Amino acid sequence: MREQPNLSYINQMSGGDKDFEEKLMGIIKIEYPKEKQTYLHNIEAKKYKDSADNVHKLKHKISILGLEKSYGIAVTYEENLLNGKEDGRKDFEAILDTITDYLETF
Amino acid sequence: MNCIIIDDEATARAIISQLCTNESSLNVLEEFPNAIQAIKYLNQHEVDLIFLDIHMPDFTGFDFIETIKNPPKIILTTSDPNFAIQAFEYDCIVDYLVKPIIPERFLKAIIKAQAIPNKVKDDIGASDEVETSSGNDLYINIDRRLIKIDIPTIYLIEAKGDYIQIKTETKNYTVHSTMKKIEDKLPDSIFLKIHRSYIINVEKIIDIEDNSVLIKKDVIPVSRSNRPKLMKRLNLL
Repeated sequence: MREQPNLSYINQMSGGDKDFEEKLMGIIKIEYPKEKQTYLHNIEAKKYKDSADNVHKLKHKISILGLEKSYGIAVTYEENLLNGKEDGRKDFEAILDTITDYLETF
Repeated sequence: MNCIIIDDEATARAIISQLCTNESSLNVLEEFPNAIQAIKYLNQHEVDLIFLDIHMPDFTGFDFIETIKNPPKIILTTSDPNFAIQAFEYDCIVDYLVKPIIPERFLKAIIKAQAIPNKVKDDIGASDEVETSSGNDLYINIDRRLIKIDIPTIYLIEAKGDYIQIKTETKNYTVHSTMKKIEDKLPDSIFLKIHRSYIINVEKIIDIEDNSVLIKKDVIPVSRSNRPKLMKRLNLL
């Protein structure tokens, strides 16, 4: 069973401020697809350094959405990219797809 | 404390801003998606505290700290815990928050910042010795063609990762090379490295505002360590 996103971190830091929670999810829904697209573009072009930068940025969204195990996968994948390797790409992109599906439910 | 937030990620800015709202001692003046905009703001406004992301494209948080003349207190925010040692080499850095930022940890950083008196004194070091070089032409290799550039027409060289961008009066060129290599090829009488990512033609300066230089339409940051060298080169009235 793949790890699923959750709102535990967002709830914790919002202190129950529902307006803020909505605002934040709105920002993530706009920002995340762009970051994902940039990453996919760079990895297809084998631009590993740029891809690592994109993964670095995406890691924050992964952690905000409470995906702890996935975060570890992203950390390892970022290191691999910095070493010019694509190991872990499939698992990482599966995480991205899970987040995309999750965000569509909002 | 009046503060600003610098982070290229809108999500991160929103979270930090929200955490600040929960602290009555903090007043968020502005948010910036990049460091260059923040530098311009700091030239005209006093702030007590900066929340600064390290990992930003083109101009990192460390580049920013190197550039501003008299940095206020800074709390670094990053997803990468590996920069911690480097971070504490700077006196202005009061804490280092790893994303996602936990409210309790955030509060601890604010208490730390409040306990430290404002402003770290700027220290201006001595300038380096000027080297010499000669020749009016520079050849660059682009797609197996050697292209001649008339050196005095170059007004700016910018580091772009593994590449450098050479800007001339007529055209811009991106070449796979290093700042060190091109610096060695250019005459020191005209060119000056004012930041680790920028070499300028001092004859093309339009104006200088505190810690940035206007050349053509480009506003270029001057790092604290390079500022004395630049000032020495100016024919000041």
